[in-house]
Amino acid sequence: MPWAIELMLFIILIVAALIALQLRNLLAAVITLTIYSFIVALIMISLGSVDVGFTEAVVGAGVVGIYLVVAIFKTTRKSCD
Amino acid sequence: MKAFQFLLLAVLTVFLFYTVMDMPPRGDLDAPASQIVSPADSQVAGAYYIKYAYKDTHTPNMVCVVLADYRSVDTLGEVVVVFAGVMTCFFILRRRP
Amino acid sequence: MITQTQSPIIEIAARGLAPFIQLLGIYVFFHGHYGPGGGFQGGVLLAAGVLLLRMSMGSVHSQAHVSSKKTVALCALGAFIFAATGIIAILGGGEFMDYHYLPVPFLEGPDLRYYGILFVELGITMAVMTGLVAIYDDVLGIGHAGTN
Repeated sequence: MPWAIELMLFIILIVAALIALQLRNLLAAVITLTIYSFIVALIMISLGSVDVGFTEAVVGAGVVGIYLVVAIFKTTRKSCD
Repeated sequence: MKAFQFLLLAVLTVFLFYTVMDMPPRGDLDAPASQIVSPADSQVAGAYYIKYAYKDTHTPNMVCVVLADYRSVDTLGEVVVVFAGVMTCFFILRRRP
Repeated sequence: MITQTQSPIIEIAARGLAPFIQLLGIYVFFHGHYGPGGGFQGGVLLAAGVLLLRMSMGSVHSQAHVSSKKTVALCALGAFIFAATGIIAILGGGEFMDYHYLPVPFLEGPDLRYYGILFVELGITMAVMTGLVAIYDDVLGIGHAGTN
């Protein structure tokens, strides 16, 4: 049943996005955002576009996570709002 | 204020689902994008790529041929965007002795 | 600037893992003609290997792998390789980015376009890999005054 797997992936995607919005600790929010990117990559692969999923997994879950961690390292670790 | 934000999000979600419901189902052979000839009697680009990609370049991966040969000016723009980001970081953030 | 980590476990693990990440990057780059992958993904994987070394060994000690003096120049060279391939095709008599007209001896037709695609992907890989490392270095700074 491919549709059941996709539904589960979409639910995890929305939950990860909401958790990343609500977290006060920015480092934990970055880790949740990499989980979000990885789920997006899995959805792309299940849609049949392997190249887009590969790019999303490499860029979104790898390098963007490193850059956001570096930005937190240079600024602050707690959210203001 | 929080309730207003969630209300706005819900309204946008309704519009999004209303738009997506008009799209053809995935892998539909009758969709206009899957046809060989478009409604205006011209050949659809996807059919041309599938038919001639290996014959033109001897490369089995069709995606690579489309990205780097048929639509290479698009990829050139992508590389120029990355290069512009590097140049911005170089001129603004790099500290000189 | 990130200083060298105090933990030997992290340093040994990163130094052991980075060559295999870069080997995967080279594989993805050269296998782009036959499977999923290509220049952009391979370049990002190569940059991820270098960034792992930058984060674990510190910015100063990892200069021996990729020096931060050369990254911006190599990024410009990669973008130039891409654009120059198109312009050489114009000089050969075709249109912009038409690899059929590249003036290369002993190759013609589809094979010429095969190697044209490979050459263009080489430019993308160089530009993306060194560009990402250059952005990391510019944001963090290197440390000792001579290089940055």
